[in-house]
Amino acid sequence: MIGDPINRVDGRLKVTGGAVYSAEWPIANIAYGVIVQSTVARARITAIDTEKARAVPGVVAVYTADNAPKLPQKGMPAMTPPSGRILSLLQDRVVRYNGEPIALVVADTFEQATHAASLVRAQYETQTPVADMQAALPSAYPYSPKINGSSPPATKRGDLGAGMAAAYARIDQTYTAPIETHNSMEPHNTTAQWSGDQLTLYDSTQFVYGVKRFVAKIFALPEDNVRVVSHFTGGAFGSKGSAWSHVVLAAMAARELSRPVKVVLTRKQMFGLVGARPATVQHLVVGARKDGTLTAIQHHSISSTSMLEEWVEPVTLATRLMYECPNQETGHDIVRLNVGTPTFNRGPGESSGIFGLESAMDELAAQLHLDPIDLRLRNYAERDPESGHEWSSKSLRECYRRGAEQFGWSRRKAEPRSVRDGSSLVGMGMASCTYPARRAPASAVARVMPDGMIVVQAATHELGTGTYTIMTQIAADALGIPTERVRFELGDTLFPENPISAGSLTAQSSGTAVHLAATALHDKIAMMGGDISSVQAAQSFVAHNGSAPIEARADAKTGDEQREFSMHSFGAVFAEVRVDESLGTVQLARMLGAYGVGRIINAKTARSQMIGGMIYGLGMTMFEHTVIDPRSGRYLNADLAEYHVAVNADVPEIDVIFVEERDPHTNPLGTKGIGEIGCVGVTAAVANAVYNATGVRIRDLPITLDKVMRAG
Amino acid sequence: MHPFSYTLASDEPTARRIVAADPGAAFIAGGTTLVDLMKLNVERPSQLVDITRLPLATIEELPDGGVRIGAMARNSDLAHHALIQARYPVLSQALLAGASPQLRNMATTGGNILQRTRCWYFRDTATPCNKREPGSGCSAVHGENRMHAVLGTSDHCIATHPSDMCVALAALGATVRLHGPSGDRAVPFANFHRLPEAHPEQESVLQRGEMIAAVDIPRVPFATRSLYLKVRDRRSYAFALASAAVALDIRGGTIREARVALGGVATKPWRSLAAEQALAGKLAGSDAYHAAAVAALDGAVARAHNAFKVDLAKRTLMRALARAAAIT
Repeated sequence: MIGDPINRVDGRLKVTGGAVYSAEWPIANIAYGVIVQSTVARARITAIDTEKARAVPGVVAVYTADNAPKLPQKGMPAMTPPSGRILSLLQDRVVRYNGEPIALVVADTFEQATHAASLVRAQYETQTPVADMQAALPSAYPYSPKINGSSPPATKRGDLGAGMAAAYARIDQTYTAPIETHNSMEPHNTTAQWSGDQLTLYDSTQFVYGVKRFVAKIFALPEDNVRVVSHFTGGAFGSKGSAWSHVVLAAMAARELSRPVKVVLTRKQMFGLVGARPATVQHLVVGARKDGTLTAIQHHSISSTSMLEEWVEPVTLATRLMYECPNQETGHDIVRLNVGTPTFNRGPGESSGIFGLESAMDELAAQLHLDPIDLRLRNYAERDPESGHEWSSKSLRECYRRGAEQFGWSRRKAEPRSVRDGSSLVGMGMASCTYPARRAPASAVARVMPDGMIVVQAATHELGTGTYTIMTQIAADALGIPTERVRFELGDTLFPENPISAGSLTAQSSGTAVHLAATALHDKIAMMGGDISSVQAAQSFVAHNGSAPIEARADAKTGDEQREFSMHSFGAVFAEVRVDESLGTVQLARMLGAYGVGRIINAKTARSQMIGGMIYGLGMTMFEHTVIDPRSGRYLNADLAEYHVAVNADVPEIDVIFVEERDPHTNPLGTKGIGEIGCVGVTAAVANAVYNATGVRIRDLPITLDKVMRAG
Repeated sequence: MHPFSYTLASDEPTARRIVAADPGAAFIAGGTTLVDLMKLNVERPSQLVDITRLPLATIEELPDGGVRIGAMARNSDLAHHALIQARYPVLSQALLAGASPQLRNMATTGGNILQRTRCWYFRDTATPCNKREPGSGCSAVHGENRMHAVLGTSDHCIATHPSDMCVALAALGATVRLHGPSGDRAVPFANFHRLPEAHPEQESVLQRGEMIAAVDIPRVPFATRSLYLKVRDRRSYAFALASAAVALDIRGGTIREARVALGGVATKPWRSLAAEQALAGKLAGSDAYHAAAVAALDGAVARAHNAFKVDLAKRTLMRALARAAAIT
């Protein structure tokens, strides 16, 4: 039951078009909102002409800072990301990035609104924007708040200087990556509908309760006046973890107009308005003895943020725990740019940080003439080196062993440029990866219905990851009935509260709540002497007990185990590349990931999740780059033809090994979460493979042919 | 998108008359460039005349052994046509290297010839661009120009011509057949597109009211030994960083005649007669290919981010020639 590779329970709905996404709710008398964006990055709006836009047939309203409703606290209630962002809500005339919302046009049709939006003209008093990360580096300053609310922004252990002095080998390098824009398939969208002072939002989101709280606060409403519905989300990757400007603008217009308003972003508008992975510049200094034992690591990161928010990419968190190393310093600086505010992007922190750390480890292995896996084993952390706690579970050694064996790592030639095939040089690389096994409070309710069905509800989310399916499995497993008899419902704040579906939280947190609710229902039925083993039995059980649904609820909370153990997933990624020696083109030939990620709920959706993660990592490694003009701060490649993500032709055979794990401490199910770790480590594995193939070390993502040619 | 009226043309003279009489009118065929640019407000026609129903989709053999391709022939139909696959593999390969199956099913031969640049400054109405707004300046010359051209540029424009198909047509020495208000005319492919010089907004010799009716490809017997090599950032659905269309007539190890055109690096489909001359009469081999590559890129002007294209284009051409020579 749990672990079975069952097909997605929502598969048929999706392929037949029956799955209702947020922009598809059939709502009568809807009006369409289109956001007008600034064409400069740093300015004050001196005038904004909406006359032509208002004259377009069908236009209902045009909101600008001149006439938009004034929000309490200028739309900036004191909240911290991701539950509350500093947004662009037409409350002032300041422009802080190129493409910032400066007006909202509402019309009877999307086409009318789009046309009218193109006729709005703003005049600006401009200043030279700060849009060039390299040029702005001198303005970097330390990020001082706790990261993710818990981790210190900077750490020190041991004596870095003494560690470096004891080093025989030393790596001192800088690794960089550009801004990467998530580009989920489904664009961000919100439909807002008011009934008196009750607001319903149909939103494409990873966090219905977060949107509810934030929007209530923005409008100074009691929380329960806002309901958020999101049954299916077409990909998110972190970019839908917060309510962005369009959500509030839709609600604002709908209230003013007493009419439902829908705002769907265009692909172009997904660059800047709804977050991105910030650019990073990482400096790593690594020292080791001749035998490979690490003596010191210094990992310092600078990441870009906007003029609106201090957002940090937690680049060095993984470095603090990845290897046994007595002397270490880590820290994070940020640089403010006139660009859109960054946010979580799949594997936030780890994806960037592991690129630096695991590239540096490969450089160290090369310098010491050690096998890269051997080097890592010599520094294997038997317990969390930062906290000193035991791991709740860790199978990394087994990941290295099984991954290497299945990948054929022993065939790798240590000397670069050793393997040729026609015009190509062939090489292998590997990298370790890790991601925290986080858990947050979650609740669920399970009911035996009069018709004999078991309905389980929890306000979690289906991002395409398989939530409907695994929750159905978890509930059916606890109740000892087939999955067909369970209907799982999510994505509605009328259901019990659940955390954001991000940070690999869902299976751990919501999964546990569903497990506990279904178990409680099972126990309750047993106590009542009931039987639900068949539909008929369940029907008569409900009928004999007053005909109302029999229900049980569970509130799943974490306990002392969170303080007693260090909880993380680990894995090893292996890649083989073919690099055309003359043209510099890099082709991924094959890739394998071996992971210890706790118990697997569904072997099929889990495998898909890992493969999807690895392909996401491949995009970050080889293609993704949000090109911003350093002079104007303009987003230049804001479409899917020029902003490249991996296409099928780029993706070869990918293999996934799950090392058997059932974590005894994370939660009753033994899961650790699998949403992110797949994309962590791919960057370094591929970059290391490119080095092994060519002798060229690429320290700047993405790995494009011009960089390979230039260095070759 | 600005409002426009739409007319489905039932016959060619009427269609041409409407467009000749209305400066705001434009022909629409597959629409894969035009509609895209209309959504961006880069193109703002007030009237569209749909010519896809006109009987111009025929692909037929000409008496001299060449092939005539109707302007409305879809890219996918053309790529898979037996005559094209047999006689001009370079053209079939170029078509299939471009866009995606969905786009190729819509895009037409005539439309592909008039495909407009992907220069991101051209596509963004908020930035200066001489091609879009003559005299406003070129944002690319000192901007983000990794994707931009190194051949045929001017200080007014360095935008790359994005078509793959056109590179093959240039190599094959095609002729563009135009129907217009003052009669029909045939324009050699090399003369059809203009260099940007001081007027990048003038992209071709097409006059208002004129329509591409067909493209003729002459008989090129040795084009059976031809190929298209495209180098790009990802393996599908990406514009060329550099591409080469080549055909070789090799007899007894000596190159009798060669055809060479480059894509992804020039402001128009770039046939290199200098490269062809460098190959003619030489022994097939790396010395000749290298000489051709040097000749083809002679005069290339690199900017801040596209210098790699000079080398890349040379290497792409050399690889294409070596592969073509190896065709048996």
